[in-house]
Amino acid sequence: MADVDQAMKEAAMAKEAGAGRRTPDRDPAGQAQGGTHSGARADRIFRFCARGAGILILLALAAVTLFLILKAFPAFIGDGGQRSKAIESLSGGRASGFWQYVGPLVFGTVLIAGLALLMAFPVAVGIALFISHYAPARLSTALSYVVDLLAAIPSVVYGLWGALVLVPHITGFWGWVARHLGWIPLFAGPAAAPARSVATVALVLAVMILPIITSVTRDIFLQAPRLQQEAALALGATKWEMIRLAVLPFGRSGIISASMLGLGRALGETMAVLMILSPGFSYALRLLRPSTSQTIAANIASQFPEADSTGVALLVATGLVLFIITFLVNYMARRITTKAGA
Amino acid sequence: MMGRADETWPGSNKDGETPMKDMRSRASLSPVSSAGGSASSTSVSPDSVSPGPVPAGPETPGSESPATAADGGGAGKGADGGPLPVIDFGKFKPTRSSLRARKRKNLIMTALIVLSFLVALIPLVSVLWVSLVNGVERLNLDFLTHNMSGVVGGNPTATGGYGGILHAIIGTLEVTLGAMVISIPIGVMCAVYLVEYSHGGRLARAISLLVDVMSGIPSIVAGLFAFSMFATLVGPGTVNGFSGSVALSLLMIPTVVKTSEDMLAVVPNDLREAAYALGVTQQRTITRIVLRTALPGIVSGTILAIARVIGETAPLLIASGFIATTNPNLFSGRMTTLPVYVYNEYSEGLAVCGPGAASGCLTDIRMQRAWAAALVLILIVLLLNLLGRLISRIFSVQEAK
Repeated sequence: MADVDQAMKEAAMAKEAGAGRRTPDRDPAGQAQGGTHSGARADRIFRFCARGAGILILLALAAVTLFLILKAFPAFIGDGGQRSKAIESLSGGRASGFWQYVGPLVFGTVLIAGLALLMAFPVAVGIALFISHYAPARLSTALSYVVDLLAAIPSVVYGLWGALVLVPHITGFWGWVARHLGWIPLFAGPAAAPARSVATVALVLAVMILPIITSVTRDIFLQAPRLQQEAALALGATKWEMIRLAVLPFGRSGIISASMLGLGRALGETMAVLMILSPGFSYALRLLRPSTSQTIAANIASQFPEADSTGVALLVATGLVLFIITFLVNYMARRITTKAGA
Repeated sequence: MMGRADETWPGSNKDGETPMKDMRSRASLSPVSSAGGSASSTSVSPDSVSPGPVPAGPETPGSESPATAADGGGAGKGADGGPLPVIDFGKFKPTRSSLRARKRKNLIMTALIVLSFLVALIPLVSVLWVSLVNGVERLNLDFLTHNMSGVVGGNPTATGGYGGILHAIIGTLEVTLGAMVISIPIGVMCAVYLVEYSHGGRLARAISLLVDVMSGIPSIVAGLFAFSMFATLVGPGTVNGFSGSVALSLLMIPTVVKTSEDMLAVVPNDLREAAYALGVTQQRTITRIVLRTALPGIVSGTILAIARVIGETAPLLIASGFIATTNPNLFSGRMTTLPVYVYNEYSEGLAVCGPGAASGCLTDIRMQRAWAAALVLILIVLLLNLLGRLISRIFSVQEAK
């Protein structure tokens, strides 16, 4: 296994080096030389490079999977006692088996990402509709730049903003929610006093995934058949009825796949969670309470620096789980789009 | 998908296939819409339902297409030859209250949609404003030209500053440059393969699927990959700048491939055919004509990809680590980057200013440094974004043609 992997890696490295070396061929000078010498050979080499770059992508993804599995191996196979000791030290004594350890993390990851999607989705569709159908045509490009700016801001800045600005401001609000809606188990109090709770993190993640969902749905809405829209309006439909009749049904699969993409992004988001959430380790569905959940990504980032070799293997194994989850989500998003496109 | 929609729709008018489709979609829609309409009208004002004897029947044509409904009904009756001399078209007329309900609903939705846009502006404005206000405080020349060596707690350094981000800026530039060197050739060549060489073959489909999958890789997983790879190949615990470059390139390649692919695809086919007709080899056609035409788009797409990865924190935290001094060597030793610097300053918390501290000791100096570094990071990212968009705007393929 290791040998195969090693060989594969070497092949990948060689290819990579090759691709890197040969790109200067595209410079006019190197190319004129090739051209005068023999065009057919340059042709062949170039084709080989292009194909190699394509194959390299396949190899890179295979390498990601292979190296993660390789590094995570000791977490599954190996000294059982040492393993459970490492898990106990990582989880603060709350778990001793791998699945027992990864379970609450998966739960926390999915919970926070799902909440973020729930909050971002209606707003994102609203913004996309605003840009595609409500804003004046001249303004709409500028407005989509503005939304793209949200995507451009690095996640660590969102984390800083969330932890130092949003948390103090929103603590009172969550307290109010816990007091008045506390009879709903989801919002049961007491709310976290600095609001480093699941709800706040989900809110920040919602802001972060907003631009992705918006830009994809906006593109779909702009493609909605013009004639159907005009026809709906001509028959006396109000603007909203026109959108519901001609635009939303057309964009349904696009909206779904966009939200899947957003979900994938939220699942893998590290910094905002790491900087805002006070981590916990449970299956509790209490959004406002402190220290209930933790996500896989933030858990890796926070535990990685202090982990020993078995601990690193365990964390890489949780990373592998995250990789599989996001892979499935993204694959589903892709399937939905291609099905709609076919 | 866009092309398909655009093409089928006008064409369908002629070949009579889409009326069917239209009917179908309308049929599938109208129950939903009528249900929604009646539900809303009942909830808003109960009297709006009363004029129509059957809620679903008259309301649907009334709200959507009185003409078609009336025509259909009239034709059916006429063919039967039944005695139906007068059709009460007034029945189909929308009542005033239902109209009002529809208008109200329209207004509410418009308000909601505009509101959603304004809501999205709040965090954007807040983030930019807060980073500007808090960042300017500590952002000065001393901050930009010093690293963190010799900084103790909240005490000022010998130069009168409080440490800086020189090492982080150097680290960010080198790591990002490394990522560019890896990912731009691979990404562009891969796009060339997808567009020019593979004509929808199985390999190409696999590649474009995996590029999509790759663009969804969580950044921390990319960091873990780079860490695992270097730990396996070089030695356990290898943490250096280049490892971070590998992680970033994994995140950058899909963006480069996708934008380059799009840009190559819009290069007019006439150009290629003209070149082939002149006997130019395929390689020279691609490098001298296709790539050159698509160059502005590729450059702007690449800049946007750089802007995306330059702010990545999690993979660099794992792959490149953190260090207080300047490390100019990409290939050995830990390397601080700007985002990691921001995170590190934040996570250290408040500084302690004990009784033995200097007079200028600031307890919240780390937060000030974090904000200032965040401001620098935002400025870099925004500038890159602006540059990318400007380039694509000025030299778009349409104009080049």
